[in-house]
Amino acid sequence: MLNQLTEVKASMSIYEAQEEEVYGILAEFSNPGTLLHAAQSVREAGYSHFDTHSPFPIHGMDKAMGLGNSIIGWITLCGGIAGLALATWMQWWMGKVDYAMNISGKPFFAVEPSIPVMFELTVLLAALATVAGMFALNGLPRPYNPLFFSTEFLRVTDDAFFLHVAASDEQFESGTTTQMLQDLGALHIETIRDTGEED
Amino acid sequence: MDKNLAHTADFHDEAPLVKGDLTFHDITEIVSAHTEKKTPLAWFGAFGLALSGLMLMLVMIAYLFWNGTGVWGLNNPVGWGYAIVNFVFWVGIGHAGTLISAILFLFRQQWRTAINRSAEAMTVFAVICALVFPGIHVGRIWAAYWMLPIPNQMEMWPQFKSPLLWDVFAVSTYFTVSAVFWYVGLIPDIASLRDRATGMRRKVMGVLSMGWTGANRHWRNYEKAYLLLAALATPLVLSVHSVVSFDFAVSVVPGWHTTIFPPYFVAGAIFSGFAMVVTLMVVARKVYNVENIITIEHLEKMNIVILLTGSMVGFAYITEFFIAWYSGVQYEQYAFTNRAFGPYAWAYWTMMFCNLIFPQFFWVKKLRRSVPFMFVVSIFVNIGMWFERFVITVTSLHRDYLPSSWDYYTPTLVDVLTFVGTFGLFFTFFLLFLRFLPIVAVSEVKGVMPQADPHFYDHEGDGHAADHSVAIGSSHDKESN
Repeated sequence: MLNQLTEVKASMSIYEAQEEEVYGILAEFSNPGTLLHAAQSVREAGYSHFDTHSPFPIHGMDKAMGLGNSIIGWITLCGGIAGLALATWMQWWMGKVDYAMNISGKPFFAVEPSIPVMFELTVLLAALATVAGMFALNGLPRPYNPLFFSTEFLRVTDDAFFLHVAASDEQFESGTTTQMLQDLGALHIETIRDTGEED
Repeated sequence: MDKNLAHTADFHDEAPLVKGDLTFHDITEIVSAHTEKKTPLAWFGAFGLALSGLMLMLVMIAYLFWNGTGVWGLNNPVGWGYAIVNFVFWVGIGHAGTLISAILFLFRQQWRTAINRSAEAMTVFAVICALVFPGIHVGRIWAAYWMLPIPNQMEMWPQFKSPLLWDVFAVSTYFTVSAVFWYVGLIPDIASLRDRATGMRRKVMGVLSMGWTGANRHWRNYEKAYLLLAALATPLVLSVHSVVSFDFAVSVVPGWHTTIFPPYFVAGAIFSGFAMVVTLMVVARKVYNVENIITIEHLEKMNIVILLTGSMVGFAYITEFFIAWYSGVQYEQYAFTNRAFGPYAWAYWTMMFCNLIFPQFFWVKKLRRSVPFMFVVSIFVNIGMWFERFVITVTSLHRDYLPSSWDYYTPTLVDVLTFVGTFGLFFTFFLLFLRFLPIVAVSEVKGVMPQADPHFYDHEGDGHAADHSVAIGSSHDKESN
């Protein structure tokens, strides 16, 4: 159970610090191309608790990291169905059951005049579910992140490309992991510590 | 990052989306710097003006609430005047933002990245302006909540067979989805601002950016969510103005009761919205120095959309006339003759002149690439599209079935000042947006630059795609920044 939770958190890029507060190793790469190759190599070396960080989404990175399709579409579908059901029930119950009122001899409830509201609520709940689902799957909001301790990492939203291997990975071993990242052409490597203090 | 952008010409003839050989860092710098520098004096001037407009609107609304809708120029038979005209006008303007952010996204029109952020902001603010009018026009303002299905002491519910109620759902859904879509797009860019800031500003931006780190595990869900939102917003935007047109088309008033209304309204909405985007962008790109990101090519593409939708709207005007004649219904025929040659002919021909004639100049490449000229045309289109709603609303009502009740509608000063005031509301929000938020979608612009493609760096960076399987340990690409 605890292990499953760890894996779910890892899918959100949230990891647990290991001995001596080591959170992981952060390596900077020169461009999206080298980052893509590095991510693929790290995965082929058997790592699973790692993530790449870039100022924009990189085409092909999901495949390189071995990530499948996002399941968010199913959350959208559920939201849409809920919206449609709510609108249908609401118009039927309010118009026909709770307070039936004869308006120019029209049926108390019919599908045709109910379609606009059905459509709008379908879209509304689907959209809200999509955004809520995206935040949930990403583990956001996450105001505290040990990666923020790195000053180099400030450039991740500007023009820098990082690969982070978490210490919680089974294969993680400080020396060999650093060596591997160096061999992959990292420009700069640093160890991230989860001290829990503000910088 | 010393790669020349010129090589992209090998693949297609399109001009580069970003000009001036900018690097990723340059883009961040250009866009973020404006939110970080000291507030320029000119901004305060503009903001003061906008704020006075907003105050004017609030005073007019207070006056209206105190006295009732008698302060407006409404009469019998013209029961719908400025309130509905302004409502449709502002909702229509919003449509361009959603078209740019959602429909062009689905069509993979990458040039949208330069303008989508500001166009979406425009959408959100325009819909706020639109929502003011149905809110205040109800007469008994304390009963405005009857529009919503809220349990109440009368145990009554809204009337779901009324297009006016559909409108409540359509516009409020549209506002919510647009605002959420806009915010989701902003998150990575607010994170950019956060990482450049210190102190209190860093904390505020930190809260707003939700701890975004550009993790690929996040981008994966984020991009999918963005795609789904675009896919939801696309039918939504088409539905909103269709539902707005139902307010008219579902009634049995000659001049309103036509099946052409939904597509005609949607085309008109996009037309007016793009004109507003051009009006705003022509000024903003100059003032904020982002001419390399919002290039003349982008403006030209928007002008082509104006030309296209303007022609569609013009075609609809002519079709309406033809169908009125062809229907053989004398009321319908009279409604249209009265439009073009009756007491409101001046409004009708203003509309025709601004919407049908003026955009046709954009057939000439030179004119659609001329910044001053497009600014003038966009203003004309804004005016013309306001008159379109005025013509549709007022000319159809002022001479109804019974000649003894015919009348001429003139707006009062309160009508006019309330409308002027909504521009204050709009520009108050828009200026706050320009001042505090990234006005260009930084992460999206970076994503469409040639350097963003990982294969750009294959084969010593000649840009040709290659098999990119690498063995562990190989240092395939050692090129430095």
